[in-house]
Amino acid sequence: MLDYFLTDEHQMIRELSRTIADEVLRPVAADYDRSGEFPWPVVEKMAEAGLFGVFIEERYGGLGDGDRTMNMVLVTEELSKACGGISLAFAGTALGTLPIIIAGSDEQKEKYLPSIAAGERLAAFALTEPQAGSDAAGIRTTAIRDGDHYVVNGIKQWITNGGDAEIYTVVVMTNPEKGPRGASTLVIEKDTPGFGFGKKEDKMGIRASSTRELVFEDCRVPVENLLGREGTGFITAMKTFDASRPGVGAQALGIAQGALDLAVDWAISRKQFGSPVSSFQGLRFLLADMAMQVEAARALIYATARHIDGNPKARSTIYSAMSKCFASDIAMRVTTDAVQVFGGSGYMKDYPIEKYMRDAKITQIYEGTNQIQREEISRILIGEHIAGQS
Amino acid sequence: MNSIVCIKRVPDSETRVRIASDGLAVDRSGVKFDMNEYDKYALEEAIRRKEEAGEGLVTVLTVGGDDARETLRQALAMGADEAVLLRAETGFDGLPVAVALAEEIRDRPFDLLLFGKQAIDDDGMQVPAMVAELLGLPAATVVVSLEIEAGRAVARREVEGGHETVEFDLPGIVAAQKGLNEPRYPSLKGIMAAKKKPLEEKDVTLVEGGLELLELSGPPDRPEPQILGEGAEAVPELVRRLREEVKVL
Repeated sequence: MLDYFLTDEHQMIRELSRTIADEVLRPVAADYDRSGEFPWPVVEKMAEAGLFGVFIEERYGGLGDGDRTMNMVLVTEELSKACGGISLAFAGTALGTLPIIIAGSDEQKEKYLPSIAAGERLAAFALTEPQAGSDAAGIRTTAIRDGDHYVVNGIKQWITNGGDAEIYTVVVMTNPEKGPRGASTLVIEKDTPGFGFGKKEDKMGIRASSTRELVFEDCRVPVENLLGREGTGFITAMKTFDASRPGVGAQALGIAQGALDLAVDWAISRKQFGSPVSSFQGLRFLLADMAMQVEAARALIYATARHIDGNPKARSTIYSAMSKCFASDIAMRVTTDAVQVFGGSGYMKDYPIEKYMRDAKITQIYEGTNQIQREEISRILIGEHIAGQS
Repeated sequence: MNSIVCIKRVPDSETRVRIASDGLAVDRSGVKFDMNEYDKYALEEAIRRKEEAGEGLVTVLTVGGDDARETLRQALAMGADEAVLLRAETGFDGLPVAVALAEEIRDRPFDLLLFGKQAIDDDGMQVPAMVAELLGLPAATVVVSLEIEAGRAVARREVEGGHETVEFDLPGIVAAQKGLNEPRYPSLKGIMAAKKKPLEEKDVTLVEGGLELLELSGPPDRPEPQILGEGAEAVPELVRRLREEVKVL
């Protein structure tokens, strides 16, 4: 295994995550994929082990002082090797918590982070709407100030951990006339009157993860639940994605590595023409290409995570976008090739590999499609080049 | 409520074990090791008793080589308070290990002495009963549930085809069976805390045992699978073979 010079603490986090992935997630992954139920018994084990604390500061009950991105990446990767859907209970909570970490006051952190770190409450981030996904300026959910409350109305769509999370960080328009500058982030708790859930989506992959609509009807949210100032909703969302996209990359990386491991196992044990199929060059080269891509994705993601942790004030947008885009593209290729290695068996649901291909697809789509990532990367690349010439 | 838990480092149950070239040992290269599964039930029970009582000490004990330190740290990370490594080269005989454990335990105060019902590597099933004999203590083996009140323990044992319930005064010995509880995973904080917990090491000389190991041999190779046909017409032949050759019907 390539030495990434992980600290003792990183190795410990990786080992424990791997044990839980192998012993708790893997045996039930196919069942939850079929049923689409939320994997609460598994989440409880993850919580007991303290995994939800890795991206939260020690003074709020976590372990994430100074390296929360790297910690989050390691856990997500290991869990995703076993199940790219169940891992989202963790990664989706990290995403939902990031706006509080990035823009929350000490009081807000004190209020929400300890229960998240302990795994007692899951979190979710809500930006997407029926008319606004990557086009965040199209947000129509409004939060109109009324005394010491905001009155929230609107619908959020395709929210990971929706319905199962207790703490939602929701991007709303507090000043709809101002467009993007009128957006703000509110923390809205599950039991708030006027906050309900729409249908649970029936998905191609990541089926153990719940994806639901959030419905706000005259939902009154105390003003102290505003993260940062009014009007900072978009910048908070963009900073959140800077920190979370390496996590999507790590999910894709885990799915790819998990599929590669299964493919190599299969190639060694499956015999055709009297020999293991791993002795055929056509297949060996396929495996070699898969391994190269997976390792390159890992190197980029780890480097990006360390860059973010080491430069907390700087924006990492271009590298975060690269990590997410590169890893998810290779995950789609590697899992497709892994199905190919399995041959006809790979297409059958009796074998675990087709699920990896279905789970991989979403990583090219959510938290900004890979077309949006390429837009971001090229915008910064070209912008910096022009700035350098002037 | 003070407990002592005796644990053993064994090859992971998923690991494929090869016999070394001398035919008398297991090839340890490339083998992943873990705490014996039944010992995890024993340890979990001790930690729960302590947590319920709100006081007490859980001591873990093992006889083994330097690598057993890792297994002791794992026990400390799960929630044991202190660990003792009795360093010695161990073999397949339970008696020398039982004597070493009994010598160490003799001067330690405790209410419960716990073991796993057997180690999954050599399946000796000797040590808990031998330690009980050496210390003159009652022992309940293959225990699936345990109740303790006012210095008396009631243990439910798994026996062929049913259960047996026994009662005894503490201090006493319990050898845990699967089902006694659900062992926890060490938490990240537990792992960090374990680094600061005391781990005592001492060299011990094992007494001569009574068993001499002559040979280790692997299971027979599996015969090539046979396909008897397809669909309903294959069933009579399948049933005949299962009845007459394999004798499972």
